[in-house]
Amino acid sequence: MKAKALVPLALFLVLVAFLAIGLTRDPHEVPSPLIDKPAPDFKLTQLQAPDKSLALKDMKGQVWLLNVWASWCVACREEHSVLLDLAQRKLLPVIGLNYKDQREDGLAWLKASGNPYTISIADSDGRVGIDYGVYGVPESFLIDRTGRIRYKQIGPVTEKVLNEVLIPKIQELQHAS
Amino acid sequence: MRVEAFKHGLLMLLMTIALSSHAATQPGDAALDAQVIRITSNLRCLVCQNQSIAESTADLANDLRRQVREQLQAGKTDKEIVDFMVTRYGDFVLYDPPLKAITLLLWMGPFALMVLAIGSFAWTSQQRKKQPSARLNDTDRARAKELLNTHDDASEVHS
Repeated sequence: MKAKALVPLALFLVLVAFLAIGLTRDPHEVPSPLIDKPAPDFKLTQLQAPDKSLALKDMKGQVWLLNVWASWCVACREEHSVLLDLAQRKLLPVIGLNYKDQREDGLAWLKASGNPYTISIADSDGRVGIDYGVYGVPESFLIDRTGRIRYKQIGPVTEKVLNEVLIPKIQELQHAS
Repeated sequence: MRVEAFKHGLLMLLMTIALSSHAATQPGDAALDAQVIRITSNLRCLVCQNQSIAESTADLANDLRRQVREQLQAGKTDKEIVDFMVTRYGDFVLYDPPLKAITLLLWMGPFALMVLAIGSFAWTSQQRKKQPSARLNDTDRARAKELLNTHDDASEVHS
């Protein structure tokens, strides 16, 4: 009889556990189906040199980071200092995808707050962004030597993410093969 | 049900107006607009997750409606367009997710709960049947009578 009386309490605790786990998860972080898949192809003009372009195949053979940013993006300001820090370490090329931005605005923003990017490319109509499944700027993709996406960071790269996730992954990918 | 149908119709109408005014530079084609709405109504917007791509005013939803429109114009089938979305954003964009190992709990969970509920109901009623009968035997009846009489006497004294 006594054990039976505890059944509702046990069920309630199970429910609480489920809800508690649910609270720790961010519903905006939708896992990308592109992980471990070849990075979608692109060829875009460079932000600083509109007469030049950059294509996916130009990056082949090296581990690199594609960081999606925009001058209108508030959260990008949050990660900016971290990206500058990463650029200073010269670990890998960081390519900026200037997403749905005006060229002048993008250039002004880089001038005002520093440029962490090896090269920035202009995705003014957001088509390459769609191919990469971008839905919330900033987003960052770590791409390996063979051109496969190995990691996606949704939202700003914080110092913690940089040191605990990105850098170990970069080193691992650079040492592989 | 009627209200729902009305709401849906109204939404379609509003969306048609919104889409056609948005795409003012493109040849206005009501049938194409309707097709865009039909497909995007079943796709979840990733920016405002409680809205479909047809309903959402988010910039990305706008771009995705443009994508769907262009692909329809290029003669792509519904399946090709939906696959285009899924390869980029995953099954999450589908309001009607496919049955896979990872969605098994989602699809089977409610049925499992139902089986569990029916099972526990059957089990408790079975248990109840096994309990000793609540019928009174003669000794019980005599004792009850005695108690009731005592009670009656007592109340008579008080009144």
